[in-house]
Amino acid sequence: MTTTAEPTDAAATDGPADDARAHDDGDLLVDARGVKVHFPIKRGVVFDKVVGHVYAVDGVDLRIRKGETYGLVGESGCGKSTLGKAILGLEPPTDGSVVIDGTDVASLKGEELRKRRKDFQMVFQDPMSSLDPRQSVESLLVEGMKAHGLASDDKATASRLRELLKAVGLPAAALKKYPHEFSGGQRQRIGIARALAVEPKLIVADEPVSALDVSVQAQVINLLEDLQDEFELTYLVVAHDLAVVRHISDRIGVMYLGGLVEEAGADDLYAQPLHPYTRALLSAVPVPDPTREDEREQILLVGDLPSPSKPPPGCRFHTRCPWRQETRCDDERPQLRVLEIDGVPSSHRVACHWAEDIESGKIQPHHVDPTATEQDLREEQDAPHAVGDVEEAVQYQHGGHGAGS
Amino acid sequence: MTATATTPGSSRHGDEPLLSVRDLRVTFTRQGEDPFTAVDGVSFDVRPGQTVGLVGESGCGKSVTSLAIMGLLPARGNRVEGTATFEGTDLLTLAKDKMRDRRGRDIAMIFQDPLSSLNPVVPIGRQVTEVLERHKSMSRKAATPVARELLDRVGIPDPDRRLTDYPHQLSGGMRQRALIAMALACEPRLLIADEPTTALDVTIQAQILGLLKELVTESGTALVMITHDLGVVAGLCDEVNVLYGGRIVERGRRHELFASPRHPYTTGLLASIPRLDGARGAPLTPIPGSVADNLPWEHACAFAPRCSQPVDRCTEQSPELEHDDGGRALRCFNPVEATS
Amino acid sequence: MTPANPMTRRKDRIDDLAATAGSDRAAAVREAGSVDEKPGVSLIASAWQRLRRSPVFLIGAAITLVFVVLALVSPLIAPHDPAANLLLDQVRPQSNPIPGPQPGYPLGADDVGRDLLSRLLVGSQQTLIVGVFATIFGLTGGMTLGILAGAFGGWVDSLVMRIVDVLLSIPSLLLAFSIAALATRPSQLTVIIAVAAVQVPIFARLLRGSMLAQRHSDHVLAARALGVTERAVVFRHMLPNSLGPVIVQSTLVLAVSIIDAAALSFLGLGNPNDRQPEWGQMLGRAQPFIYDNPHLAVYPALCIIVVALGFTLMGESLREALDPKTRR
Repeated sequence: MTTTAEPTDAAATDGPADDARAHDDGDLLVDARGVKVHFPIKRGVVFDKVVGHVYAVDGVDLRIRKGETYGLVGESGCGKSTLGKAILGLEPPTDGSVVIDGTDVASLKGEELRKRRKDFQMVFQDPMSSLDPRQSVESLLVEGMKAHGLASDDKATASRLRELLKAVGLPAAALKKYPHEFSGGQRQRIGIARALAVEPKLIVADEPVSALDVSVQAQVINLLEDLQDEFELTYLVVAHDLAVVRHISDRIGVMYLGGLVEEAGADDLYAQPLHPYTRALLSAVPVPDPTREDEREQILLVGDLPSPSKPPPGCRFHTRCPWRQETRCDDERPQLRVLEIDGVPSSHRVACHWAEDIESGKIQPHHVDPTATEQDLREEQDAPHAVGDVEEAVQYQHGGHGAGS
Repeated sequence: MTATATTPGSSRHGDEPLLSVRDLRVTFTRQGEDPFTAVDGVSFDVRPGQTVGLVGESGCGKSVTSLAIMGLLPARGNRVEGTATFEGTDLLTLAKDKMRDRRGRDIAMIFQDPLSSLNPVVPIGRQVTEVLERHKSMSRKAATPVARELLDRVGIPDPDRRLTDYPHQLSGGMRQRALIAMALACEPRLLIADEPTTALDVTIQAQILGLLKELVTESGTALVMITHDLGVVAGLCDEVNVLYGGRIVERGRRHELFASPRHPYTTGLLASIPRLDGARGAPLTPIPGSVADNLPWEHACAFAPRCSQPVDRCTEQSPELEHDDGGRALRCFNPVEATS
Repeated sequence: MTPANPMTRRKDRIDDLAATAGSDRAAAVREAGSVDEKPGVSLIASAWQRLRRSPVFLIGAAITLVFVVLALVSPLIAPHDPAANLLLDQVRPQSNPIPGPQPGYPLGADDVGRDLLSRLLVGSQQTLIVGVFATIFGLTGGMTLGILAGAFGGWVDSLVMRIVDVLLSIPSLLLAFSIAALATRPSQLTVIIAVAAVQVPIFARLLRGSMLAQRHSDHVLAARALGVTERAVVFRHMLPNSLGPVIVQSTLVLAVSIIDAAALSFLGLGNPNDRQPEWGQMLGRAQPFIYDNPHLAVYPALCIIVVALGFTLMGESLREALDPKTRR
């Protein structure tokens, strides 16, 4: 697909896109449109036959401005990690364009893409498995610089390495050590230094703190924030922990089953969640305050996430939604739109047909029968083992790591 | 520890502890390595209908504590000292077969990873009936409807069909429910839950926590909740024990503990997590370093190098756990000022 | 050093802290946690440290060392020429086909009057050559196929692995026999090739498996995300991290090759030139005399068993030392 940075018709009628443009047209670093990542499910004894697809990411528009932190939240299997990888060109999108700094990286291949990687880097969830255990810290950090021709002068490289370590709060003695000799937090610092080594513009951080101890998480969160100021970085933070995402992000997108259901500024989203799924998600997060815990009103969702290989028609959330209506929800897929509610800024977009009526209280939540929704889904599954197979397929595609678990 | 009659939780179902752990010490002695004390003199009581939380980060000894009580530590390479009295019997010195009998019948445990705790080649229903057959001497025929009822009770939809499903056919949340159903099969008086929701998504976590809460209130089962998540503790536990480096550093009833934490580790933990309910934008206050920086308890406070307000004594002497009358306990030379 | 055993490691920290008493205590630990100044210990170095303390490895290594030294110096220390029929005059095919032990010939001689001890000593050389070269050939072939399959994936992988499957489906000794029997003139080289051919698919499958696992690992994805060239990803990250099982397998294959070569020789498919003694071949020659003079078979058989045991012990302890689960 060839896409330029010019606004298309669809985007022109798109309120928030206008909004973003209104501020400064050149401000966008990432402009991803219609991104789809479908993994084929193959089966067969001799020849693999494609028997279906996992719709990991199914049509997402994402715009990230320079210098901001965009948080992507959702539960495991919602496709948030896959979307992050698709933006980095690590998971080639099935459809759509990903324009980073004026170039559609989704259309790049091989050596061209490799050279462009200097501009966008990734920080991984598990700092142990993402650092090659056989390389010293020095060789881990130098590798990227070498790959992009930044390590021609030995002396300059040495001082650059020290700078990098200092930036992430590690002593120079760390250079000669190996990943297994560090604590989890220190390893994550090394992972961040490795990403910084090639002077990127964008860093996609996939669950950057979820593998760390609680007391260490704050260190890494603060570090990411400091580095953003120091190196003028733009972040896409993918995480399941809503409190972490809220803390670190300027804008947040909530994903459910391959699509964005709500997008807003961090404060707006938490102050006034408008999509039923966002409401449920926020109400489910335990708070370390017993008084609030006792008072907390939970919207308990019934049932589980439907299989991403057989997403429900219409609104993907309708099978579990306590506000589901007889019309539209089951057969019409809602698009992100600006709501006509007083006080809700145009940057707050929701993919729900009934968001206004739910907010005003005109539609009240009702009971959802878990058996009914589940059976509906079951009947659509042709093979009895489909759920397990899909999970395996996703895991295979993700290299043995479940999507953002 | 003298509990005042007015406080809820500890006195609700009588003062006689169901499980009483005293000076539990677990030392791992691996060949060719220095012995390592993972749990270092832990004592706590659990009363019927009470939920006791053991909170701490990885390596604090919370999981080893539960495994030691359950007699599930590997047979070799460790030394377990102290007592864990359950209704007059010391579980730690109980013969292997007697302990096996107790497990499942009187005390049950649920783990973090439900998939690896279930047998992948045996249907869910069969796994539940096996527990019933074993501990309640039921026939398989008699056990099946009971198993169905149990699955129904833990909120598994369409339990009739689920009886014949294999673990891989269930989602993560359903597997954890199935595991809880197995744990409940013999109506245990004590349930030990080791990070039961860590592997689950928040919306599913909310379901499981709700289920556990319901069980404790309805059947009076005592619950030992092991977790690293202070949010989970705040909503669920009557009494909270904060562990660090294998020792309890602070204890209190949940409202009091969260309202006025005294140990710098507890306050540090609370200050370092971003919260959904607080104001946004203020930088977090992390605890510096990692557990690798700990000092040995024998000569100092293990937390001293990471502490925000250490005094000279902290590196010269080992602090003791000091109890007050209100059920609170603290192991610190220079605690944070009480706010209330 | 992972923080698995912080207590014992940190006793010396007390002194450090005492020294800073009075100064700002909170600064005793930097926010990221302390990093000691000692130079790092790589995985291989720490595996070696574990190996040095493993009695199993030491026994295996001792046996192997003795074997290798013997193979190197045997022509010098052998009391007689192993090919000279020195005791031929004592051989009486009807009454006493095998000359027994006597002064200067502690183990006696074989059926054509050659000194048995000298033949055993010098035989270690050929045995070592067969074992080492068969392993090297097998390793080279297997690794080439394994890297092809593991690095490229897709149809290359499918093609290579189908070939490997076919080879694996033939019983290994039968395969070796067939290859050895194909040779118009059997020689030491045909034995080596036959034995190596059996090992190729095993190495290929092993390496391909662990490379595929590496292919999907986070650190390979990280290298790719960094913009490292595909070549460097394969040779710097995937291959080195996949070699552990291959190295272990090599030591085991050394033992297996010696035994396989012995089997070929025993069945007459070995090196026909008996002026170059080799243990398997000696075993084969002993066949007609096995009832009356079992020692002719027992000595080389014992040598083979002990050497194979040495390699196997080394392999097992290597496996343990390289296993990440035992790493601290």
